Amino acid sequence: MMPRFWPMFRKEFIQMRRDRLTLMIMTALPVAQLLLFGFAIQTDVRHLPTVVLDQSRTPESRDLVAAFENTGNFRIIGRVNDRPMLDRAIASGDAQAGIIVPYDYPRRLARREAATVQVLVDAADPLSSQSAIAAAAGVAQVRNLVILGAAAHRTGLPLDARVRPLFNPGLRSPNYIVPGLVGVILTLTMVLVTAMAIVRERERGTLEQLIVTPITRTELMLGKIAPYVGVGLFQMTAVLFIGRYVFDVPLTGNVPLLYAIALLFIVASLALGLVISTLVRTQQQAMQVSFFFVLPNILLSGFMFPRQAMPPFFQWVGLLLPLTYFLKVLRGILLKGVGLDALWREVGILAAFGGLLIVVAVRRFHKTLD
Amino acid sequence: MTQGAIETHDLTRRFAALTAVQHLTLRIDRGEVFGLLGPNGSGKTTTIRMLCGLLEPSDGWATVAGIDVAKAPEQVKQHIGYMSQKFGLYEDLTVTENLEFYAGIYGLRDEARVVRLGAVTAFMGLGGRLQQLVGELSGGWKQRLALACALIHQPPVLFLDEPTAGVDPAARRKFWQAIYDLTQQGTTVLVTTHYMDEAERCTRLAMMSSGRLIAMGTPAEVAAQVGGKTLEDAFVILQERDER
Repeated sequence: MMPRFWPMFRKEFIQMRRDRLTLMIMTALPVAQLLLFGFAIQTDVRHLPTVVLDQSRTPESRDLVAAFENTGNFRIIGRVNDRPMLDRAIASGDAQAGIIVPYDYPRRLARREAATVQVLVDAADPLSSQSAIAAAAGVAQVRNLVILGAAAHRTGLPLDARVRPLFNPGLRSPNYIVPGLVGVILTLTMVLVTAMAIVRERERGTLEQLIVTPITRTELMLGKIAPYVGVGLFQMTAVLFIGRYVFDVPLTGNVPLLYAIALLFIVASLALGLVISTLVRTQQQAMQVSFFFVLPNILLSGFMFPRQAMPPFFQWVGLLLPLTYFLKVLRGILLKGVGLDALWREVGILAAFGGLLIVVAVRRFHKTLD
Repeated sequence: MTQGAIETHDLTRRFAALTAVQHLTLRIDRGEVFGLLGPNGSGKTTTIRMLCGLLEPSDGWATVAGIDVAKAPEQVKQHIGYMSQKFGLYEDLTVTENLEFYAGIYGLRDEARVVRLGAVTAFMGLGGRLQQLVGELSGGWKQRLALACALIHQPPVLFLDEPTAGVDPAARRKFWQAIYDLTQQGTTVLVTTHYMDEAERCTRLAMMSSGRLIAMGTPAEVAAQVGGKTLEDAFVILQERDER
């Protein structure tokens, strides 16, 4: 079976070890990305800088402002004396929220009339304003319940919806981002590295010498990608290790199972790189096509933005990306601790992707010069 | 009549607008050093590439070591050695690593591999360079290594496409000595060249011009057929005719 696979594998391995650029792409890139995404990208916005315009200056109003601050979403950075000052603070960006307590707030509360409190939020960035808006609504609701409960002479409430966040109870971003990063980094490096593989031989003139030998197309292709399977597994281990010990991401589920499925994903990504390699003429084109491919992977796979929020067309495009399925596997195993019984569909699809792409790469490659 | 080591009949190759080789009919016997001579663009490289299975013939047929190159190109590849015009080995590997790679690709294992690696190393005098990176070698050493890699599986037929371009005269002489030694053992060699002194060393020559065979025979016969006293005269006459 494939007697020329091992010499090919050995040769690729030696060349990989001697190629500084490839080694850099494979080691420095994952670490840099992990630190970048892990530290910089936090989707839960807390401690929004906030200014307060307290027109009533009563114990009741101070109580209310404290309730806002206690949610953790607002950080009171100052008090202002009039509305124009408050508007200026938000417009200049010094503050991203403003709380206005009107002068009649305690009186209306006492008379059991509807008291108003105004919260202004800088919503130019929807992501950071969302949590502030939700927190403001929450403060009002909690106060209402207390007041209404007292009025109705009840201690308990008619309905109490108890929400329990599963799998990531702290709602921490790293728990969501780091497992996804394993998939993104593998896609980026595996596709890029093999996309260069065949064009490099073509450009250097070594392909002509190679294809006058009896090596089969399958031996050539498999020998080329095999050394990088080990690289992919190494990258994954590094990311999981840093994720666990630097970002405190739990590794809940069956990690050996994750490695087995990752193998399928790595082979699929490498084979895709090979397909690209048979489509382009130069290494530069290979690099461009690879980056062109990586972008939709980051945007549409569900790595950063929830797929449920996308229009149907883009959801459909996302289904064509192996990463979409691998992300489900990563989060399923690492966060939820689910097993093969929940993931067999994804596993089947990843295996199909890998097999199909290898066949396409082998078919597209010809051992002739025209 | 026994079959020639290389035979072609009406071999033709067309590219989009250009016919690179037209109705080439040749018969090269075992143990010959057969030279393909002609100006750039006369179809020499295209002919060799068809015989190696790298290009499909548009018309006609050819056999190498008795195997049809259009029908079984992969089978042909077991029986040939090839040195392309452009150096085609891995410059980021050492001499040994290149030799071992091609030994493996040609299916040599264990004992047979050790024996052949030793033999080609000694034959080409590469012993002192084994651990050197190929990128650091001079043109002459690269060319010796290329021939060593092409010989590792003892092919009965050897194709050399301008093997001595850019190599100094002393290295060229050694190279040709190696080729004679090989033909003594029964290897058939098809070589293209620009150098007249090299063409003179061939047992027979075919002169090509614009994809056509112009003259064929021993070097003296070819010179006479084209109408020059020497082979060099013949070559110049041909080139001037092409440029007109």
